[in-house]
Parts: sequence; C-alpha cells; structure tokens
Amino acid sequence: VPCSSSSLAVSLKAALIIQNWYRGYKARLKARQHYALTIFQSIEYADEQGQMQLSTFFSFMFENYAHVHKEELELRKQSLESEQDMRDRHDYVDLIDVPDSYNGPRLQFPLTCTDIDLLLEAFKEQQILHAHYVLEVLFETKKVLKQMPNFTHVQTSPSKELTICGDLHGKLDDLFMIFYKNGLPSENNPYVFNGDFVDRGKNSIEILMILCVSFLVYPNDLHLNRGNHEDFMMNLSSYFQLHGKRILQILEELYAWLPIGTIVDNEILVIHGGISETTDLNLLHHVERNKMKSVLIPPTETNRDYDTDSKHNKVGVTFNAHGRIKTNGSPIEHLPKHEWEQIIDILWSDPRGKNGCFPNTGRGGGCYFGPDVTSKILNKYQLKMLIRSHECKPEGYEICHDGKVVTIFSASNYYEEGSNRGAYIKLCSGTAPRFFQYQVTKATCFQPLRQRVYTMESSAIKILKERVISRKSDLTRAFQLQDHRKSGKLSLSQWAFCMENILGLNLPWRSLSSNLVNIDKNGNVEYMSSFQNIHIEKPVQEAHSTLVETLYRYRSDLEIIFNAIDTDHSGLISVEEFRAMWKLFSAHYNVLIDDSQVNKLANLMDLNKDGSIDFNEFLKAFYVVHRYEDLMKPGVTNLG
Amino acid sequence: MIHKDKERIIVAEFHKKIKEAFEVFDHESNNTVDVREIGTIIRSLGCCPTEGELHDLIAEVEEEEPTGYIRFEKFLPVMTEILLERRYRPIPEDVLLRAFEVLDSAKRGFLTKDELIKYMTEEGEPFSQEEMEEMLSAAIDPESNSIHYKDYITMMVIDEN
Repeated sequence: VPCSSSSLAVSLKAALIIQNWYRGYKARLKARQHYALTIFQSIEYADEQGQMQLSTFFSFMFENYAHVHKEELELRKQSLESEQDMRDRHDYVDLIDVPDSYNGPRLQFPLTCTDIDLLLEAFKEQQILHAHYVLEVLFETKKVLKQMPNFTHVQTSPSKELTICGDLHGKLDDLFMIFYKNGLPSENNPYVFNGDFVDRGKNSIEILMILCVSFLVYPNDLHLNRGNHEDFMMNLSSYFQLHGKRILQILEELYAWLPIGTIVDNEILVIHGGISETTDLNLLHHVERNKMKSVLIPPTETNRDYDTDSKHNKVGVTFNAHGRIKTNGSPIEHLPKHEWEQIIDILWSDPRGKNGCFPNTGRGGGCYFGPDVTSKILNKYQLKMLIRSHECKPEGYEICHDGKVVTIFSASNYYEEGSNRGAYIKLCSGTAPRFFQYQVTKATCFQPLRQRVYTMESSAIKILKERVISRKSDLTRAFQLQDHRKSGKLSLSQWAFCMENILGLNLPWRSLSSNLVNIDKNGNVEYMSSFQNIHIEKPVQEAHSTLVETLYRYRSDLEIIFNAIDTDHSGLISVEEFRAMWKLFSAHYNVLIDDSQVNKLANLMDLNKDGSIDFNEFLKAFYVVHRYEDLMKPGVTNLG
Repeated sequence: MIHKDKERIIVAEFHKKIKEAFEVFDHESNNTVDVREIGTIIRSLGCCPTEGELHDLIAEVEEEEPTGYIRFEKFLPVMTEILLERRYRPIPEDVLLRAFEVLDSAKRGFLTKDELIKYMTEEGEPFSQEEMEEMLSAAIDPESNSIHYKDYITMMVIDEN
C-alpha cells in the first residue's frame, strides 16, 4: 500500500499533537504536586512558629500566674536540693512491674544485639513494649548519653562506612526500610541519626526504643543527634500524655543530653538544622548542653545578672515535665542567653540561596543562612561539608550551596502518601558521598502519577480549608472591607490579598483559587464560598460561633498550655484555673472574646459539675467537619 | 486611555500569576529556578509549547553563559508576552480526539499498546522511556492491552477540571 507523503505528514502531526498535549498534562500534574507540597510545608512551618510564640506566652504567664501556686513554690524551694539530679531508678523503673501475663518482648539488661532483633520482630508484629522496659531503656540511655561529649568524632574507612539518616518523625516503616536495605547497626555498620526521631508519625515511642536499644548495645557506633523535636515541650501533646508522666520526665532529661552533632573524618559536620554567621563550634563543644531544656523556655534576662553577681538571690522560674512551676535557687539550671541561641541556630536554621543571614521567619527560630555563611563557617573550622536534615525534600535529599550543604530526610510520604521519597547517605573518607532513596508504600505497586497527585492534592486542600475556616471571622471582615459595592464578589487579586494577609501563608493563591472558591464567568470570586462545605462542630449548642472558632484556631496551643498547667497530670484542670489561664491567654494573644462567654463555656464543660474540666475532652470537642466526607477524627489533621 | 489602563491591570495580574508559579519551583528562594523546570512552569500557566518551541524559549531566557538556572527577571517579560499574545494555546479536546482517530486508521475506536508505543516513540517529538511508561500506566486497559482513546480523553479532561 503506497504511503503518500501527505498521510505521513498528517500522522506525524497527529503524533505531535498527542505528545504535546500529554507533556502539558504531565507538567500540570507536576505543578499540582508542587503546590500540594508547598501547602503542606507552609502550614507545617506556620504551626512550628505558632508553637515558638508560646514561649513568650509562657514568660508572660509566669509573671502573672506564679502567685496562684505560692505555697507550692515554697515547698519546691525547700525540696530542690534533694530533687535535683537525684532521680533514681526507684523513681522510675522499679515503680512499675511487668506482669506474668505480658506477652510482649522482654528485654534483658545489659542489652545485646539479640534484644535489638527481639524488638524489631515485636514491633513488626505491632506488639507494644511494656512501660517498665520503656522506662528502663530510657533511663539507661540517659545515663550513657551523659558521658558523651557535645560532638561525637567519627572516622570512616572502606571497611567501615558511615550511614547518615535524617528525620524519621515516628515513621517506623521507614526505619524498617533503611535497616532492610542497609543492614542493622553494628560495629562495622555505624549510623548517625540526625534528629527528629519523634513527633508527627504514630510510632515515636517504637523508633525511640529501637534507636536507644541500638545505642546501648553499640554506643560507639550508633550516634544520635538532637533535633528540634527532641524537646519535651514540643512533645507535650496528648500523644505522649498517653504514655504517662514518668516517660515525659525522663524524656525531658534524655533529650537535653542528646549530643548536638557529629563530626566525620574531621571534615564533615552533621547537625540537625543548620548554622548562623555567629556559629561558634568551639563554644558549642563546651556548653552544658543538658541545660538547653526546650526552645519554649528561653533564658530570662536575670540569668545573665546572676552570673556576675551571686549576692542577688534572684529566682528564675521554669516548667518541667510534671508541669510544676519550679523555682531555681541556683543559676546552674539555665544556659546564658548567647549559648542558648547558639544551640537554637543549630537545631532550627535552614539554608537558602540568598547570601547573608536572616531570621527564620518561616519557623520562628534560628535563621536562614546563605552560601557565603556556609563558606565562612566551614573555612573557619577547616570543614568541607555540612550535612543537615530538618526540611522535607521531594527526593529525600538535596544538595545546595555549591555542594557544601546536603539536606538528608528519611521519612518518606511525610505529608501524604506519595509526597516524597526518603533517603540516607553513605560516607567513606576519600570517596564522594553516596545517596540511597526509597519510598514506603502500602500498595504493592505504585499507583499511576495522576492518582498519587490527586491524593496529595486533596489532602493538602483539606488542611488548607481547615485553616481557612478557623479564621472565618477575620477573613469575612477583610473581604467585606474590600467589597465596596457589597456585591459579595471580589477580584481574584483582592481575594488572594486577603487570604495571604489574614492566614499569613505565602501560597500561590491564584493557582489554587479554583480549588478553594467559586469563580464566576467574569473571573470574579464569590468570597463567601471560601467557607462552603466545611464547618466547625460546636461542642455545645449554646457556644457562640466566634468563641468556637477561636478555640478551634488555638487548639494546639491550648493543648500544650493545659498540659503544662495540669500539675498532677490528671487530665483535669479546675474551672478556676481555666478562667485564670484564659484571661492571660486572651490578653496576650489579643483575643477579643467576652469573659462572660468563656465563663459560660467553662461552666458548660464542667460536665460533672464538680468544678473540674477534662481538657482533653474539651479540646477534642472542637473539630472540623468536611461536608462531603466522613466525620474527621477529632483533633487530628493529616500532619499527624 | 482606557485601553492602556486595562492593559496595565491585566499585565499586573499576569505578573502576579507568573510570580506565583515561578516561586513554587524556586527552592532556594533566590529568584532562580532550575532550567529543567521551565517547561513545567510554562505549562502550568496553561500554555502548550512543543518541545521545539520550548527549546527556543529557554534560549531566550537563559544567561549569555548558561548557568543551568533561569532568573525570574529574565523569565517574567518573556512569559508575560506569551500570555498577552495568547501563544501556545492548549489543544482543544476535539482536536486531540481527531489526532487519535488519524492514527487509528482502521477506525476501531482504540489503539493497541504496541501501536501507541510506536507512534509516540518514533514520530513527532518522541517520548522518552519514562514518559512512555507513564502514559501507558494510566492509558492502557490491561485486559485488552489497548487504549480506548475516547474514554481516556474524557478521563483526562475531568482530571484537569
């Protein structure tokens, strides 16, 4: 059959059309994927920032709240000496017995590699480790960590390569994957885990246990660096509450004893976050790192005075894991401000392309450091490379600053199924670092790209909408201010402006608009449609919507504050405490809610009419309902 | 006069839209993106250049000495022109359907997997192996090992809206 040149040209053109169309489609899918990631990341950092701001609230609260617990303060002062660092096994481990009926793994101290295997098998079967063992492992780990220096120095060789893992955030499947691909830790297979082992994922305790047990068995070959989430205040959520106050108490100290970083072959610095232009490694080698309790407990100004003038009997005030307001008769409990800031920089900073060093406005702590800062600091200490974690990267790792800074992130699917790969690095002196990627997936094979993108996108839009509904009053006011003609419509530009300003999220609003609002044929936005198909469930009918919205918005802050106030960890606070705390909270956060509203609500929440509120129940009662979905689990978002 | 004002507003809106799309790929927040992402950015803004056209565009926005990165300052005016002139308009659904029908000379309503692979990897601007596998994973009906292009197009169109 003769093939005319014109029919050939036509089929050529047809193929071209299809290819062109497909590439466009694929690119738009990729862009949507990026948008979803941007949403997840912005919200995550905004939340972190919100938590950081709690620290100023706490300072404010101490000044105004301490008098309520005056008697307790007196008692505490007296017992301070006996309590300080006198915590013994008796206070923790021996108080809990393991019953004969317990079917879970039983660890044998001193631990051996058998115990590591035992634990891994047990956790694969989803067994739970008894609290007795949890406490014992944590207690022993703390003891050994205390002997470690601030920076561990490690040497590699061809027969002993070092593996570096980044954030795991409680994602056990990723740890299993790493051990499967790379082998278990041992004398010949050393590891560095670069912080953020816990929080967000649902297996924080399991990961902590595996890492601590491995550390106890191979203390010279399993290295743990502190991350910004190894911070008992950041863990003060109901997740850890479930595991009891004793665990929190030990964690408070264990976290503070985690080394700050690792130095490999005298040329690679491994730390969780980053650096600043003032980073002083010599100083950091010598700080008393265990005094860096939490990012939410900044040093007060008085600490500096105390150092120079011991005659003054200044008393600093701090929280500890049992929420008790502790007085510190001595200065040794706190780091001087500049040392505290040095550590914050290490744990919280992020590299950026712009030269210079700027406050990290995304997270509210640490800084953004440019390539010039990297060069300066690396040169100053004769180092070649900085390996850090702290930021989720789609490929599990990213190289920047001309090859001098590597980000390594080991929690795959961090935001959502399909959001990103995880990775680890293998180092050997004399050769270039090698990267290994993976992605844990529930399905046996990958879903097509469009399905993965759709899953991510729906998830991201969902949590974004929850943000939007939590600011409904403020947004409505802003919209109406712009809507001069009271038409119910705004230009896309005006709508985007309001969203960005009120929510404080730097997102591609125009590109996202079709997912968030109704747009008419002229391209104008029906702004009230921003709130359609979603509402906040009222815990009691009588509660005023603005109050409900405010409480929903500050839900996670309030959770931390309530847990901190709850001095006996009973899960209950008195109506009086609630009222006092709320007064302070609303004053500090400029929340304009009528006191009587709050009082009414407090009384309504006092279900047993016995003067106490179960605050976890209280907070769980505020949750968002998405109209076309099953009821969401209260208090839980996709960020874990 | 009115025309000029209106155009200024339109241009301002385009600028914001382009900036948004660009920033999403600006990982280091220094107003540059990897040159390999430019195609994605342009397409995410609703344009459909061919690979050849894309190649020329990249040459326009690259530095004199290519660095592998494209700066926003160079990208913005070029992209604004494209949007103003409504260049590289997306392929309408019916044109796409006709393209499939042309390849389906026997008018069966489908193409076999092998036929699709042959056309996509041998003609026009050939697919890479990765692109081919990706398209197959969503397009091919595993039972018949063929692509029923009318259904496929309908599904894709729903996706995009």
